Amino acid sequence: MALKLDSKTPAGELSQKWSNHKAAIKVVSPANKRKLDIIIVGTGLGGASAAASLGELGYNVKVFCIQDSPRRAHSIAAQGGINAAKNYQNDNDSVYRLFYDTIKGGDYRAREANVYRLAEVSNLIIDQCVAQGVPFAREYGGLLANRSFGGAQVSRTFYARGQTGQQLLLGAYAALNKEIAAGSVKSYPRQEMLDIVVEDGEAKGIIARNLVTGEIERHGAHAVVIATGGYGNVFFLSTNAMGSNGSAAFQCYRKGAGFANPCFTQIHPTCIPIHGTQQSKLTLMSESLRNDGRIWVPKKLEDVEAIRKGTKMPSDIAEEDRDYYLERRYPAFGNLVPRDVASRAAKERCDAGFGVNETGLAVFLDFKTAIERLGKETIKQRYGNLFDMYEEITDVNPYEQPMQIFPAVHYTMGGIWVDYNLMTTIPGLYAIGEANFSDHGANRLGASALMQGLADGYFVLPYTIGDYLSKKIQAPKVSTDTPAFAEAEKAVKEKIEKLLSINGKQSVDDIHKRLGNIMWNNVGMARTKESLETAIAEIQALRKEFWSDVKVVGTADSFNVELEKAIRLVDYLELGELMARDALNREESCGGHFRSEHQTEDGEALRHDDKFAYAAVWEYKGMDVEPEMTKEVLDYEFIHRAQRNYKD
Amino acid sequence: MSCFLCNSSLGKKLVMSVTGCCLVLFLLFHMAMNLVSLISPEAYNTICALLGANWYAVVATVGLAALVVLHFVYALILTINNYRARGAQRYAITVNEPGVEWASKNMLLLGFIVVVGLLVHLCHFWSKMMFVELCGAEGSMVGDAFVHATDGAALIAYTFSKWYNVVIYIVWLAALWLHLNHGIWSMVQTVGWANDTWYPRIKCAAKVISTLVILGFMAVVVVYFICSLCGCGAEVCTEACCAGH
Amino acid sequence: MNFTLKIWRQKDAKSKGGFETYKVSNISPDTSFLEMLDILNNDLVHEGKEPVAFDHDCREGICGMCSLHINGHAHGPSQAVTTCQMYMRKFKDGSTITIEPWRSAAFPVIKDLVVNRGAYDEILQAGGYVSVRTNSVPDGNAIPIPKADADESMDAAACVGCGACAATCKNGSAMLFVAARVSSLAKLPQGRVEGARRAKAMVAKMDELGFGNCTNTGACQAQCPKQISIAHIARLNREFLAAKFQD
Repeated sequence: MALKLDSKTPAGELSQKWSNHKAAIKVVSPANKRKLDIIIVGTGLGGASAAASLGELGYNVKVFCIQDSPRRAHSIAAQGGINAAKNYQNDNDSVYRLFYDTIKGGDYRAREANVYRLAEVSNLIIDQCVAQGVPFAREYGGLLANRSFGGAQVSRTFYARGQTGQQLLLGAYAALNKEIAAGSVKSYPRQEMLDIVVEDGEAKGIIARNLVTGEIERHGAHAVVIATGGYGNVFFLSTNAMGSNGSAAFQCYRKGAGFANPCFTQIHPTCIPIHGTQQSKLTLMSESLRNDGRIWVPKKLEDVEAIRKGTKMPSDIAEEDRDYYLERRYPAFGNLVPRDVASRAAKERCDAGFGVNETGLAVFLDFKTAIERLGKETIKQRYGNLFDMYEEITDVNPYEQPMQIFPAVHYTMGGIWVDYNLMTTIPGLYAIGEANFSDHGANRLGASALMQGLADGYFVLPYTIGDYLSKKIQAPKVSTDTPAFAEAEKAVKEKIEKLLSINGKQSVDDIHKRLGNIMWNNVGMARTKESLETAIAEIQALRKEFWSDVKVVGTADSFNVELEKAIRLVDYLELGELMARDALNREESCGGHFRSEHQTEDGEALRHDDKFAYAAVWEYKGMDVEPEMTKEVLDYEFIHRAQRNYKD
Repeated sequence: MSCFLCNSSLGKKLVMSVTGCCLVLFLLFHMAMNLVSLISPEAYNTICALLGANWYAVVATVGLAALVVLHFVYALILTINNYRARGAQRYAITVNEPGVEWASKNMLLLGFIVVVGLLVHLCHFWSKMMFVELCGAEGSMVGDAFVHATDGAALIAYTFSKWYNVVIYIVWLAALWLHLNHGIWSMVQTVGWANDTWYPRIKCAAKVISTLVILGFMAVVVVYFICSLCGCGAEVCTEACCAGH
Repeated sequence: MNFTLKIWRQKDAKSKGGFETYKVSNISPDTSFLEMLDILNNDLVHEGKEPVAFDHDCREGICGMCSLHINGHAHGPSQAVTTCQMYMRKFKDGSTITIEPWRSAAFPVIKDLVVNRGAYDEILQAGGYVSVRTNSVPDGNAIPIPKADADESMDAAACVGCGACAATCKNGSAMLFVAARVSSLAKLPQGRVEGARRAKAMVAKMDELGFGNCTNTGACQAQCPKQISIAHIARLNREFLAAKFQD
């Protein structure tokens, strides 16, 4: 049976949809809120802000995270900033312009109404964060400062040095702490959700593993919110934290929630290049660097050779021998083109042999011009911590020599399918932030992830969840002593036992690295029908190998990191295949999804709106069974879809 | 309010800071007074007489003793707390962090030395001065001679004629110097009157004050010791007397 | 590069731990310290032994999860970085590296090099927030804040809550951590409103949880990966005393 997808998008004028919807949905009285339990999994910007806001409203909230504190969620690593349509810079920004830029940046593969709502509440986020004591950067007059980000021609990004994500998360975490102190939220750190419990077609709770003791626990609630971020670590090497994983979302998919556009992966253009096979993760250098940095490779191949050999320093290359390829190809946006465009352009140069390090997989990001124009001090003030970090990692001083950068997996636009209320196809199960698919289409603009996480958590979910919970006010406390819970718990325990009993020859990381290689080579920046078919076959084979040859040491009832990783890899091995299938199905290029067969003459992504103007929503049918795809057609009522153009 | 001075870590530290500050002020006064003995032993004895068993001097002495006891007892309590907070299992390897002064990590040890020195000092002087008067006596036997309770200059001359006393006092004063070095800027930090701009200034001031205090005390010790060596018989050498040697 | 590693192994919170010695070889100087441990762990797994448990997550110096005491230094011998930002080029080839967990009564060991830092969460829950409800706030630009104040607030807010301050302090004092939060909010008009309440509540919680007393050694500031200054401790002292004297 195909999934029934009802986006519940409200009717009416675009700018009125959210107001109308809020007026139409039901609310729960304070007395009844006290009787209702909500589980939130994940404590990043989305999870923490939702938990705090729902706790404030009076619901009983349980919040889970795998780290030792809610504050460690990977939202903390976002560097550059958060967008809002405040128009504080008087550069003619508006809610509509932010909406338009986001839709266009996403290559017209997002739901109009959701994106408009995101732009609409963006301003509230800034106000909220300021009130929480987030120390945003300010001008000498005491008012908030802005910077520019890729994909926009206005300056609408608010920031706190290079640590915006950290500061916003600490704000949300503080709000969460306030509610924990008040008793409305209970925090469960070092606990990992291993399954979602669905009973009578509705989400009723989760099965979680205490990562310290290994105990398997049941937690029941009237609604469950998944806020566990993205699944970029499928690639093994990504800018995600080591613990970031797609398992919580994938359990929802297994239990019947639709998974939308899994192939939409964002490859971030400004990461520190890979140095060797032992590398564990990739480090992102903030996109804000592209405000002042200029990206180039040498024009002449002999210069490339000389740099690789070390006989020439990058700073020795004369100005006329440098190819500022973004400025050359995209005069209107220059170095500030969206991420997918910048990444592909870097790949194109490196494929043509102009990569500037030993692996041939790096381009320069140069601050020479900016230092000459603004002075070293100003640059130090703006990017000092990033420059220090770069030097620490690479042993190269970026004030003197240009940085080397290369694209890396950074964010997944795809995720659990949700309707306008952020509810998945399973009633009572919600997904917010990066875990859902809704707002960024095929490519996310810089500084928009923080915006979405907080918009969902502070300003959307607290309203929309009431609409569902208003029907539950008569429902008693959810009992965890039911067959559904027992079955879910049993399945989890069996999976753990199975993993521990295989006792093969390869470590979890060995297999994960191999999966990463398959993904990067075949489902990476440029995909073809052949590469995707190869990927599917190889992943299937690797999955078989995993289940017969993985070695997981340790026991189930203790702190066991290898077991945690193995449990997550089980899901990656299926998720990777799903991503490849989705990419294979989408025979067009759009945003972060680039099918080499579908490009314009000058190498730009070529969309096929006539055939693929939909979100591909996948339904799980079993581990080795092909999933079924249902389309949510994306009707563009208000925006005219055009070929994305960052040239003029 | 009374309770936070006993219960709270910051309250306890405030007590350390305030008592410490008072003791520093006392040291400054004592040092200034001692210097008088170099200029004129008679004037010094006049001050000694003033600070004999008069009610105000006794009250001040009791107050001072209370300050020392408070400062010391609080230091013990805080240190025991701190030791417990460090946990049962200690690091196998510890290093000195850059920019961290040795004295700052060894204030209790330095404090012990200061207190032991203080006890010796009380035996040398206070027990033969105010204490004697409080007992109703005129003076006491010091060495072979009877010394009047207000004849501080004679006591100084006698005490610092012994080389071992000089060594004891020098060690004591060195410990005090280290203790003050950290203590003085630390008390400003504890009451919260410090920031990054002022740290260099405050730390410099702390060094200057502690050095002045210690130099002042040291001067008396050294001068009297040298005088005892030159054997001119005067309590303190006049220029003419010493010039002869 | 080759190294001999002396690593603290402890089965769980209740067991007694001890050092074990391991060898790692062929390590590239560009390998990060944690990647070096990954390599060791992968070897251990292949030998069927339990890998060394250590906390880590973002590996870019911001999440505050990593927490190793390396050769006597919290976060290793480099200044102003977290453990995950240490690179092996900082160590001498062939040297012995001793790795211990944070040692502090308030941070009990969970396993091997992993400790429980829940106490820091509890301190923040006691008052490390501004009591504003979602959506009941004025415009972001309603209250201008002098740039210098916002910058100073940000200096303190850079704290990642890793615990190095308490782990390094010979007194096991959490003052730098508490001060960073109190000071960051004290520099902003939004935080001033309940400044007195916050300082008192957080200090009380810190004392209750068994952290030691600050003796102004400055060791915390020397080892803080974010170089947070003890000037914030001075501000905490000021805030706290002012609040107490108003009672």
